[in-house]
Amino acid sequence: MEKRVVFRSAWLPYLLVAPQLAITVVFFFWPAAQAVWYSFQLQDAFGLKTQFVGLQNFAHLFRDHNYLESFKVTAMFSALVAFFGIAISLLLATMADRVLRGAMAYKTLLIWPYAVAPAIAGVLWAFLFAPSIGIVTYVLKGWGVDWNWIINGDQAMLLVVIASVWKEISYNFLFFLAGLQSIPKSLIEAAAIDGAGPARRFWTIAFPLLSPTTFFLLVVNIVYAFFDTFGVIDATTQGGPGQATNILVYKVYHDGVKAADLGGSSAQSVILMFIVIALTVVQFRFIERKVQY
Amino acid sequence: MVENRPWLTVFSHAVLIIGAITIAFPLYVTFVASTLTLEQIMQVPMQLWPGDQLIANYTQVLTGGSTTGSKAAVSSMLVNSLVIALVIPLGKMAISVISAFAIVYFRFPLRMFFFWMIFVTLMLPVEVRIIPTFKVIADLGMLNTYAGLTVPLIASATATFLFRQFFMTIPDELAEAARVDGASPMRFFWDIVLPLSKTIMAALFVIQFIYGWNQYLWPLLITTDESMYTTVIGIKRMIVGSDAANEWNLIMATAILAMLPPALVVMLMQKWFVKGLVETEK
Repeated sequence: MEKRVVFRSAWLPYLLVAPQLAITVVFFFWPAAQAVWYSFQLQDAFGLKTQFVGLQNFAHLFRDHNYLESFKVTAMFSALVAFFGIAISLLLATMADRVLRGAMAYKTLLIWPYAVAPAIAGVLWAFLFAPSIGIVTYVLKGWGVDWNWIINGDQAMLLVVIASVWKEISYNFLFFLAGLQSIPKSLIEAAAIDGAGPARRFWTIAFPLLSPTTFFLLVVNIVYAFFDTFGVIDATTQGGPGQATNILVYKVYHDGVKAADLGGSSAQSVILMFIVIALTVVQFRFIERKVQY
Repeated sequence: MVENRPWLTVFSHAVLIIGAITIAFPLYVTFVASTLTLEQIMQVPMQLWPGDQLIANYTQVLTGGSTTGSKAAVSSMLVNSLVIALVIPLGKMAISVISAFAIVYFRFPLRMFFFWMIFVTLMLPVEVRIIPTFKVIADLGMLNTYAGLTVPLIASATATFLFRQFFMTIPDELAEAARVDGASPMRFFWDIVLPLSKTIMAALFVIQFIYGWNQYLWPLLITTDESMYTTVIGIKRMIVGSDAANEWNLIMATAILAMLPPALVVMLMQKWFVKGLVETEK
């Protein structure tokens, strides 16, 4: 799509795009190129000498048990976050689409967690689930559950999943609600006249018609779980206990900033870039085709 | 509503109420904890009705921070967060609106190349280029400065796209009329394009205000000086040890202060917020 009417100037358009391009080059392309460059290098322990080692950093990574483990943890984490985030918000949106009274109030009450920073979401839930003083921990103890996410890896994973899902529900909810409200009422009415009950109407009409929204949210939620949950992890488990919640992006940060392993961390960055590119391509392919069932 | 099923309506309300309460529960506990003394919080189980330390706790964090962790006053962190949360959306809009205008309303060599350059940044979130970006900031002497905290985050493909998309919907007749009347491109931009873009700017502002306020990884990397901490970073710095060693009453008061501004923006500007979310993801 192009404009039919355009202005003419030899210099003005360049001046107008210059600020954005300058920032893009200095803070996006240059660092990304550096990440690629560092990923081929090995630095000695004091950062005095660097040596070009080709793909050795990558080869090393794929033999590194911790790194492969981090892939598994990330896959598990993003699958859980995406599944529960989508399922819970779809349920809430379906209910909110049904009720007439108080719909606006429910919407307001359900969307505010979007405004909470991931790190704060982590702190809030970590406090509720704190091993010695947490109020949820207390209730769980009453039920005979021995809760301590500081030492139990599965419980640590559960904690970060809960905090991440809690924050993401509002976003998914809004998109599902918008999707449900755009379904023509005549379809629903026709099905109702033909005797289809609410559950059947949901699964045969609403759910298939929502498939583009669901697919879109799936990609967005996976991206969210991969990158934006850094704050949740850093404010709560910091990747622990052991490697239980050490997702890829946290490992890049930990290896690069805390452990000062420049080459290894950069190689991980490069792999992450490929993952982002793949996810972006999937998302844009989808937007072009507007997947309909 | 296609049929009357009273039980299903009751069920719907029940699910929504349980959902809203579950979602609000952490917030409520946080608020209660911010009104108690530390001793009261340490008593298991913690009481679930507000105590009388509200003013004491909030005064303490606003003026002096915590005693065991970061001692920076939260009031200065709130100022930092506010500066960042205003500069990022305003800067982002300023640079993207003009670059989108150039790409839509001019034909010039390298136009598509520039467009793709901006587009590609979608694939390079700060999380994947942590260390090199940090180095660039350090080399430019921008550590612990507002410029360092904001400038790298104001380039964004999404805002440019949004404006481009919107400009494509402005009728060509307007540009034609402007040209016939002898208006310069910038005159057309100021008098026609910008006023038409108000709605989209309001929506973008809400989303980007929240984005800026909630920044975490970036300020964590480039602020070492307490006076440059943002509120979100401040909370993290107040947590120093295992769960019983922290001054939870103060941490929770800070958490409430950190959540309040973006939550208010979302609730009060709900219309723009929803529009912004849905539009930016198109």
